[in-house]
Amino acid sequence: MESFLFYVIAGVTGLCAIATVVTHNIVRAATWLLFTLTGTSAIFFLLGADLVGATQLLVYVGGTLVLVVFGVMLTAQGPFISMKTSSAEWAISATVGLVLLVVLVLGVMSLPQSGLRRPPSPDTADTDLVDKAMQTTNLNNNDAATAPYSAVIGEGFLGVPVGPPHIERPDGAPRVVRASYLLPFEIVSVHLLVVLIGAAYLARAKRRRGASS
Amino acid sequence: MNEEVGLQPYLMLGALLFVCGVVCMATKRNAIGVLIGVELVLNGANINLVAFARFNPVFEIEGMVFSLMVIVLAAGEAAVALAIVLNFYNNHMTVDVDTAEELKG
Repeated sequence: MESFLFYVIAGVTGLCAIATVVTHNIVRAATWLLFTLTGTSAIFFLLGADLVGATQLLVYVGGTLVLVVFGVMLTAQGPFISMKTSSAEWAISATVGLVLLVVLVLGVMSLPQSGLRRPPSPDTADTDLVDKAMQTTNLNNNDAATAPYSAVIGEGFLGVPVGPPHIERPDGAPRVVRASYLLPFEIVSVHLLVVLIGAAYLARAKRRRGASS
Repeated sequence: MNEEVGLQPYLMLGALLFVCGVVCMATKRNAIGVLIGVELVLNGANINLVAFARFNPVFEIEGMVFSLMVIVLAAGEAAVALAIVLNFYNNHMTVDVDTAEELKG
């Protein structure tokens, strides 16, 4: 069932992404982008990342896409709705894109099934400690559907150490510590404040330069 | 039809979205089309992050946390980019990125 769902959703998402690229009409491109983003959130749900999928729907589909549509509406006047690209540019871009895709797919094919392992520690006792810590977490179960990811991610943003375990030696003895995500959370919030002020400053209505007459 | 999908199909979907975004950025002449390409690239990267979070226990939390950051920062990036596009449109009465050549040497 999972593979069937995956191939259906992935096919729809990939086709919508390709349609976003090949269409000349900017309004249609925005609509295809809507379907691509929704398909991506379905992929997230399929992967068991319900919080990320919900955030994708809320922020991307509900927020960013509305911004893009507003931009299209504010600037779509006659000739700008459909701007043709020369076929020479198309040929070059498609060639580069295909080469890039082949390189990426070959790289993915050479990957082991579960992805890259963490780098082996020089000390085997350290590796054992980390392995034991990995097993003690209640998250490390095989059933992604029942893991309480949302709660754990929220705790991580509040400063509770929930990250992957690693070894530190503050005073000689090895100690298993975990990362928390409070600092990235703070950085993102300050960043959003800066974006708010910057976007309001840049987009405020002002008279066009040289249009005094 | 019941076997589990591995990591690689997800990474291939992410690669497809990434390449679509790059080609979209390169070919679209409309500034908002370029912005749409950036969104596609970020989505491809997000699929990679969440797929690794699912299939590699080391990234179980980190992959999701990073993808959440990417989503939120992409929203901010879209807001600033659209403000710049609107400003450009107000000054030049066009959204064709090929006409933005004042800084050309």
